[in-house]
Amino acid sequence: MNTVEPLAIIIFLLIVGLVLFVSFYTARRARSASGYYAAGGRIHWGVNGIAFAGDYLSAASFLGICGLIAVSGYDGFLYSIGYLAGWVVALFVVAEPLRRLGRYTFTDALDAKFNKRSVKLMAAIATLIVSIFYLIPQMVGAGVLIEPLLGFPYWVGVVLVGAIVITIVATAGMTSTTYVQFIKGSLLIVFVLVIVVALCIRGFSTEPDQGGRVPFYHYKTITATETNGTITPDDPTYEVVGRQDVTVKDKTTTFVKLDQDGVATWWKMTTGDSGVALHETQEVVIKEDGTRYVNGAPVTDDNQLRQVSHMSLIAGETYTDGGAVNPFKFLALIGDPESTINLWKKAAFEDGGDQVSVYYSVPVSGDTVVKPGQSFKLEGSVLDRIDFVSLMIALFLGTAALPHILIRYYTVPSQRAARKSTVVAIAAIGFFYILTLFMGLGAMTSSTVNVLDNNMSAPLLARSFGTFLFAMISAIAFATVLGTVSGLIIAASGAVAHDLMDRFGGLIKNDKQKVVAGRVAAFVVGAIAILLGIAFQGINVSFLVGLAFAVAASANLPCIIMMLFWKRTTSKGMVASIIVGIVASVGIIVFSPTAWELYGLNPADAPIPLKNPGIISIPLSFIAIYLVSKLTKPDMMEEHPVTGQYSAAGSQGAVAETAPAE
Amino acid sequence: MRMLHEPAAVHGVDEAAGYKKRLGLWMLLVYSVLYIVFIIINVVWPKSMGTIIVYGLNLAIVYGFALIIIAFLLAIAYNWLCTRHEKSFEGEERA
Repeated sequence: MNTVEPLAIIIFLLIVGLVLFVSFYTARRARSASGYYAAGGRIHWGVNGIAFAGDYLSAASFLGICGLIAVSGYDGFLYSIGYLAGWVVALFVVAEPLRRLGRYTFTDALDAKFNKRSVKLMAAIATLIVSIFYLIPQMVGAGVLIEPLLGFPYWVGVVLVGAIVITIVATAGMTSTTYVQFIKGSLLIVFVLVIVVALCIRGFSTEPDQGGRVPFYHYKTITATETNGTITPDDPTYEVVGRQDVTVKDKTTTFVKLDQDGVATWWKMTTGDSGVALHETQEVVIKEDGTRYVNGAPVTDDNQLRQVSHMSLIAGETYTDGGAVNPFKFLALIGDPESTINLWKKAAFEDGGDQVSVYYSVPVSGDTVVKPGQSFKLEGSVLDRIDFVSLMIALFLGTAALPHILIRYYTVPSQRAARKSTVVAIAAIGFFYILTLFMGLGAMTSSTVNVLDNNMSAPLLARSFGTFLFAMISAIAFATVLGTVSGLIIAASGAVAHDLMDRFGGLIKNDKQKVVAGRVAAFVVGAIAILLGIAFQGINVSFLVGLAFAVAASANLPCIIMMLFWKRTTSKGMVASIIVGIVASVGIIVFSPTAWELYGLNPADAPIPLKNPGIISIPLSFIAIYLVSKLTKPDMMEEHPVTGQYSAAGSQGAVAETAPAE
Repeated sequence: MRMLHEPAAVHGVDEAAGYKKRLGLWMLLVYSVLYIVFIIINVVWPKSMGTIIVYGLNLAIVYGFALIIIAFLLAIAYNWLCTRHEKSFEGEERA
């Protein structure tokens, strides 16, 4: 993994060069506020639809979902289903009204029927919070990609993305962002399809060798006997020098430390009808003095953890060249009850001052990886099931509430174009998500999973087909981050410059100032994104995006729905809903088991047992907007029957903007 | 203090808005029912997701793919119906 391929660098530079060329070429269109924030509303619906896909198919969708499927099977695909389903809400409920009500930002639309400073302030804050939550995993994805691609350390990838994105957004705003997302969305879908076709043509092997690039490693198994708790390997060259019983998710696994010729390694012990067996694992040991050992030897460029995960039985058979399979057969063979997939788990413990991480193989039946259950414990406790429902609700309702997605409705000339571009987006994104299942399962069965970071599963799978595909997929993945981060930064800069500085604070005097303010805000938000990306290294990106969806669905969606469908909604109700949504969703996340794990604490001690807040925070936000609206004076403006614009009740003819601010 | 308050959006009245709103809600209802049933099966009868349905594919995969494909088909139908309705208003205006 540490060999830098010149072709990878060339393709990477070409794509970055193309992106920057587009930015500078389109810069002249971004001199007005409309040009900068909404691409002048002149983007064709077809281009906008693919740009939607480029915006939405983020590092989380591409790297995170493929990684999750590669290690957990179908459970990762549940994210794909939820992310796509959310577009239905966007199309049927949000797309056209939002295009009709807004101009530059999500706040515009939310405030269109009220013209209240409190709504502007809270909607802008919600935009910033959601955008920041969403930014973190994108930057993590950038850092993860840069190391195998260019050989730079993680932080360089994060800084590089930050710098390029700031350039894209600051030069040409939404116009360059749109074309960057269009290019990236198109390339992503085409090349992922190429990999899936290549996967089906290659077929399966019980000894996958990455197209001959990486010899298949046969992990050893040693028989042993256990007498009164003492384990004795049948092979006399091994000597037992330690033992650890490690409990992971209510299951205890025994690891035995074996010494052979002065090299000590950890082995997983199993006990069956045929006696005791010791299975070779992989391990990382950090000594008290900080030195790192991998599999019993000091870590070097040549001594790294091996990529893992393969099928040891394919429908009850073992073979190395099964030939091409069609897509249905591909899924059916993996899911066959007589197929065995060797997934890999991690156990961590201390051994006499050493920090030990053991990665060990767990053979599972094929039919268990193509249905839910590896990651979500749906046959577990009621709480596990509630957590699952909570996640699926947040994914369904979150898409239509993501500010950086919603602002793309302003870049097309009409409501009809907004609707058509959403249909194109659903087609492109849906097709891509179907491919993610093949990509993830392909990585799982091709020995292309990095046990330290499953986010790399898709690029590593591409690498098994040769340098060109690896270089293309890595460069596209990098462009994926660029496209999504650009969208997020323009949404955040719009919230700062247009919503807060202009419409809330009244600090902007003319169109030119608004563009300058947007560019400065883009720079600041980009710098913050860089710092957060470095701070959150190593977190699964799809999980973080799931949380961003929960915050968006809690803080924004109740306001959008109630404003559109309940005329009794008041501005105070909207403000209360946003506050309750943010506080409840972020609060639950901060005190959740996942956060406790991040803090280095025992997840079981977390004050709130839920990992996904949506099931509580979304209803709370709806209740807040309903109750507060009922208790406060109606202040929604009326739509003019001819112009369609909004004005305060009883003052038809005036437009929204002339109504007195709060 | 003068704020740069341009109209939030420049538009006229959308005659087809009521129809599109009702249609959108109905289609959302249809899709939501399919989505909720999917969640309920996962939570209440998780083992049934492993049942082979067709071509060796189980219920989990078939239902998951169906949710994605149905979303697309509903989107196409919604756009076609909305466009047809909008054009009928445009025709009336021209007449």
